[in-house]
Amino acid sequence: MSERHEAQTDEPPARGGNRALVGKLLLMAGGMFAFGFALVPLYDVFCEVTGFGGRTNTEAAVVIERPDESRTITVEFVATLGGFAPWDFQPAVTTMEVHPGRLYQTHYVARNRTSGQLTGHAVPSVAPGSAARHFQKTECFCFTPQAFLPDEERDMPVVFIIDPNLPRHVDRVTLSYTFFAGQTVAGLTDKNQTEKASR
Amino acid sequence: MPRSLFRRGPGAALATLATLLAPGAALANDWQLNMPVGITDISADVYRLHMTILWICVIIGVIVFSAMIYSIFRHRKSLGVEPAKFSHSTKVEIVWTVIPVFILIGMAIPATETLVRMEDTSGSDLTIKVTGYQWLWEYEYLDEDVRFFSRLHPDSDRARQLGSGIDPFSVENYLLEVDNRMVVPVDAKVRLLLTAGDVIHAWWVPDFAVKKDAIPGFINEVWFQANETGVFRGQCAELCGRDHGFMPIVVEVKSQEDYQAWLAMQRGELGDRPVASTHR
Amino acid sequence: MSTTATHAPAHDDHHNAPTGIVRWLTTTNHKDIGTMYLLFALLMFFVGGAMALIIRLELFQPGLQYVQPEFFNQMTTMHALIMIFGAVMPAFVGLANWMIPLQIGAPDMALPRMNNFSFWILPFAFTLLLSTLFMPGGAPASGWTLYPPLVQQTGDALPFVILAIHLMGISSIMGAINVVVTIMNMRAPGMTLLKMPLFTWTWLITAYLLIAVMPVLAGAVTMLLTDQFFGTTFFHAAGGGDPVMYQHIFWFFGHPEVYIMILPAFGIISEIIPTFARKPLFGYDAMVYATASIAFLSFIVWAHHMFTVGMPLAGQLFFMFATMLIAVPTGVKVFNWTATMWRGAMSFETPMLFAIAFLFLFTIGGFSGLMLSIVPADYQYHDSYFVVAHFHYVLVPGAVFAIMAGVYYWLPKWTGHMYDETLGKIHFWLSVIGVNVTFFPQHFLGLAGMPRRIPDYATQFANFNMMSSIGAFIFGLSQLMFVYIIFKAIRGGAKATAEVWDSPKGLEWTVPSPAPHHTFDEAPQVK
Repeated sequence: MSERHEAQTDEPPARGGNRALVGKLLLMAGGMFAFGFALVPLYDVFCEVTGFGGRTNTEAAVVIERPDESRTITVEFVATLGGFAPWDFQPAVTTMEVHPGRLYQTHYVARNRTSGQLTGHAVPSVAPGSAARHFQKTECFCFTPQAFLPDEERDMPVVFIIDPNLPRHVDRVTLSYTFFAGQTVAGLTDKNQTEKASR
Repeated sequence: MPRSLFRRGPGAALATLATLLAPGAALANDWQLNMPVGITDISADVYRLHMTILWICVIIGVIVFSAMIYSIFRHRKSLGVEPAKFSHSTKVEIVWTVIPVFILIGMAIPATETLVRMEDTSGSDLTIKVTGYQWLWEYEYLDEDVRFFSRLHPDSDRARQLGSGIDPFSVENYLLEVDNRMVVPVDAKVRLLLTAGDVIHAWWVPDFAVKKDAIPGFINEVWFQANETGVFRGQCAELCGRDHGFMPIVVEVKSQEDYQAWLAMQRGELGDRPVASTHR
Repeated sequence: MSTTATHAPAHDDHHNAPTGIVRWLTTTNHKDIGTMYLLFALLMFFVGGAMALIIRLELFQPGLQYVQPEFFNQMTTMHALIMIFGAVMPAFVGLANWMIPLQIGAPDMALPRMNNFSFWILPFAFTLLLSTLFMPGGAPASGWTLYPPLVQQTGDALPFVILAIHLMGISSIMGAINVVVTIMNMRAPGMTLLKMPLFTWTWLITAYLLIAVMPVLAGAVTMLLTDQFFGTTFFHAAGGGDPVMYQHIFWFFGHPEVYIMILPAFGIISEIIPTFARKPLFGYDAMVYATASIAFLSFIVWAHHMFTVGMPLAGQLFFMFATMLIAVPTGVKVFNWTATMWRGAMSFETPMLFAIAFLFLFTIGGFSGLMLSIVPADYQYHDSYFVVAHFHYVLVPGAVFAIMAGVYYWLPKWTGHMYDETLGKIHFWLSVIGVNVTFFPQHFLGLAGMPRRIPDYATQFANFNMMSSIGAFIFGLSQLMFVYIIFKAIRGGAKATAEVWDSPKGLEWTVPSPAPHHTFDEAPQVK
């Protein structure tokens, strides 16, 4: 009879071996559970580096103007309301012709159509994805939540610059804001949202 | 009653099958077996890619299945054969590992070419923003001040209610008709910006080979250039809740003049509405 | 199961073990636990199957005749969750419990008490899951992938579903740990890794996959829970999160999960074909390496489930190429099975029939999988019935047929009786016809433009849907025969010999049939 077999029938040594292996496997499972959560910041970094998913900066960028007059890019501005909220929200202009490397300013107009005070948060997204990290905002209402008085209408400025390193094949860049309204960011999860909207 | 299967008799069914074999056969076909060739250069390329891979699979399938079937019929115990003893052959194993690699490379090259062209949205003629909601679409023509909602046509909507008593076969384009169609000009590169107001939707029109997710908070882009006028139909392709099956897409491709006339009419209609208000 | 051990070993302790329900509640015997897993899987197969029949009943003709769209969506969601986590996975764990110790010459699983615990979690998990059908707002209706934001609209059921998934995950992980420890520490002398039967091999790799990915799923659903109830915004764009990130995390679990459901099937087929071809498995080493490379590749292809979310070109190309590569090891397997049959002396008992059907039909599912990997074409196939046809081809005539093949193959070893061969063959032919009539037309539906997960469809899809529904009822009802055949064999039938088949290879055939309650108390010597 071999040593291995004796280890099995005489229990104790095998037990020890089992315990060590079980420990390692549990560690592996625990590690993978943690890895699932680690994917969150990893994904953010990945998106910011690659512009994956149209991710663009949500904190003010510091840039130097280096205008490239030889290139003209069309910038489109679009607005969407997240959920059905009692707001008006639209860009002041729908398109602009811009040169890369120069700062431009435009604004969106938002109006709280309720008789209560509301806070909204605009989430930016840029298409195409390959342009996202070349589209820098130095000033934007999307950096912070915006509080509105009842029935208040307000212009909300955006100052942006397109990096001259924008890929050559891109001739048109879209800046999209989705305006998530309501007192809480969890407004989306509210099961009654459809009822509220229809009111 | 289930009727279309039996309604026309076997002769008619055979005739329909025959028309299928011609590429670009009638679209609304009860026995449609294959992907539509579509009406854009890209959709034709996608169709060709699909057929190429299909035929490669069929050829490999025929070879492998023939070997299996031959073996099943000839190498059976009831025929009194003695089983062979071999259990490996490095030479053969290398061959059937390497050959598939080359076949795969052969498939990857045209697929990559097509994909690169599909992803190139530059040089577009017009942009339409498409927003998915539970359970309708909104179309916004970016430089034209035209925007409208598009939902399931009332006729279909009545018929599709549980126990409505309305025969779906009596409704024209059942579940594939909307109240307001999206209209685009022919031969123009149309760029779509896709997003959603609540949950994820997906905009799919098979004839354009376009399917892209509309994701709340994010913007996606996709393009198509229709080579023919006509009406083309699709559906939401991402489960979006109760009425996911009831938010069709209908695109009408018109000549440039008809498109301009349509735009003018839309603007006229919109005159008394607050422009560019995002609420419903 | 028989409790009369023919080899009554010296320290046989089960003759004063509890009987009745207490025996099953407290058992630590791998054979008892294996039996419970298999019966549980069979029960869930019928629960999930009943849901599938509700789906196909509603889809029999256009228009809504029987159920509301909300309920239809609950059925598609629950059908998938129950079939995946309740039927296919527990069936494989049951087979592992029964056969791995017998195949490697071990007296039992390494961690018998944990084994009992990991089984008994399951009935609670599934009671919880099924109870959501009766909750306000109903069962989850967002598809088994539980994509946010849609899943956040689930009624009261959401936390219960997530808890049920956690329980299933814990059960799977414990089961997987048990398999790894058993295989690593309990092999009989001389049973080196590269002498292990392929079923054991594929299960070893599957167990590692389970340990690696079930915790990731647990993480993903935990984030859903905190998003819903604790104000986090992992997946809410409004709070800086991203719903697409959920899809990445989910499919990082989901794609290996697909292989968790097919690798043990590969193992079973690799056992059965050599036995009935009376010829050794062709390319054993290549089979092991192919399984390992499929498992490795499963970690780097996840995003092919989500080509339409709008990834950068480079990302799409990477996932396309990686996915296409899977065809190579999978091809090797199919070729090796064919070569095993080649110049053998085959006979066609029910297990072999199911194995051969697996070969043909799994290969068809593999072909449609290859087609799906081509991104431009995938834009047309994605979320259409073509995908439904594809994954049902790999899961039903793939995983489920392999499980049935395995049950017929080992049933005489478990019960000591031969099953009824005639009924087995009828069951086979009804199943194989039913499966093809159900799922083959779905390829056409998808290509013609029918999206998946819809309760009603345009009239041009009527013919193939009707065909598919007829097939589903043939397949579903013929499974009642399976139950009858199994219980008939448990109750009696022709006595099975120890070998059962014609000189099969493997240690499981050296113990008597039925396998005594305790086997290999004296470890066999493997040469």
